[in-house]
Amino acid sequence: MNLGEILNILDADILTCASSLQKTVESAYCADLMSDVLSFSTTKSLLITGLTNVQVIRTAEMAAIELIIFVQGKRPDLRTINLAIEKNIPLFATGLSMFEACGRLYERGLRSQVHIYSQSPFGSCRTGAS
Amino acid sequence: MPHRGLVKVCLEEGVFFLTGKDFTNAGAASSSLKGILERLGVRKDIIRRTAIAAFEAEMNVIIYAVAGMMKYRITDTEISVIINDMGHGIPNIELAMTEGYSTAPDYVREMGFGSGMGLPNIRKNTDSLTVDSVVGEGTTMEFVIQLNAVN
Amino acid sequence: MDLHEIVSSLSLEVTTPELSLTREVTGGYVSDLLSDVMGNSHAGNIWITLQIHLNIIAVASLKELSGIILVNNRKPDADTLKKAVAENIPVMTSSLPTFELVGRLYALGLRCR
Repeated sequence: MNLGEILNILDADILTCASSLQKTVESAYCADLMSDVLSFSTTKSLLITGLTNVQVIRTAEMAAIELIIFVQGKRPDLRTINLAIEKNIPLFATGLSMFEACGRLYERGLRSQVHIYSQSPFGSCRTGAS
Repeated sequence: MPHRGLVKVCLEEGVFFLTGKDFTNAGAASSSLKGILERLGVRKDIIRRTAIAAFEAEMNVIIYAVAGMMKYRITDTEISVIINDMGHGIPNIELAMTEGYSTAPDYVREMGFGSGMGLPNIRKNTDSLTVDSVVGEGTTMEFVIQLNAVN
Repeated sequence: MDLHEIVSSLSLEVTTPELSLTREVTGGYVSDLLSDVMGNSHAGNIWITLQIHLNIIAVASLKELSGIILVNNRKPDADTLKKAVAENIPVMTSSLPTFELVGRLYALGLRCR
């Protein structure tokens, strides 16, 4: 799914530059806890979150997240937006709830692909949830 | 003559200083390390693993310690990172390695961290991890990631 | 839609078998921030989260939520379960990540309200 489609589906505003709308993502991850994003998210993924602090951008940078979507009308401050621009991570903001945002993207065919810990927290395996 | 392959050629090494409770700059050291790995042309999946492990370790210092250092050394075969801090120390390392175990205060949780995934996630992303801690003094953590690992 | 329907449609594991699942679910709410749920969720909502600590039960009880679904294979500890039963808040678990679980609830017709 490309970023332009996502922008339309979520009726979102783009907070960074508009040049990257042709970029595509392959999966979605949704969380407010960045530790979970760092543990479970996969590459070529977008992140839906209600947190707007600078750690969200750092987390996306480390986990190679392609796009961050802030929900529920929340907007990050200028420092956070500037860091995202510097790191080339596009930011969207939507007035939709987290529930509605996930639901609409799922309805249009986007799915999650995550790392799930197997029984031992240290013996991880890759599981595609579908 | 040393056997070829056992010689570790150091490509780059350095150190970053970390300040406890400095949440604004938290992640800057890991970000710089990531940039260095990109410049050296390290494989993307290895950069991601290193960046995630370094960031988790850096956040631990920011959240729990007074101050700390992140030292890195990149050779032709591996990346090693040592993080030591002046802090409370970890009384029970085995417990701290347990997924979901956390002593983080609520304000840290509301910031999106402290859900007890940090150390398990560092272990998950690295090829070796050692943690030494003295209660009341601080913690030293070292992890290594092999550069020739299979994707 | 009642809790029963959601549990069986999504194959959720119920960790509080003592509690009745015949309660109406008015909508869904997703958040891992307790303050957000306190501020924005509505009575009768089912709450999807990966938080497992004891305070989630207090929040769900205060906001009169219909239940909690824990994602990513998170299991509540004994204290949380005990409090869930005492406060009459059903707790379910799923191996799915949040995005995937919410997508399926949405497909069942549940909305955020």
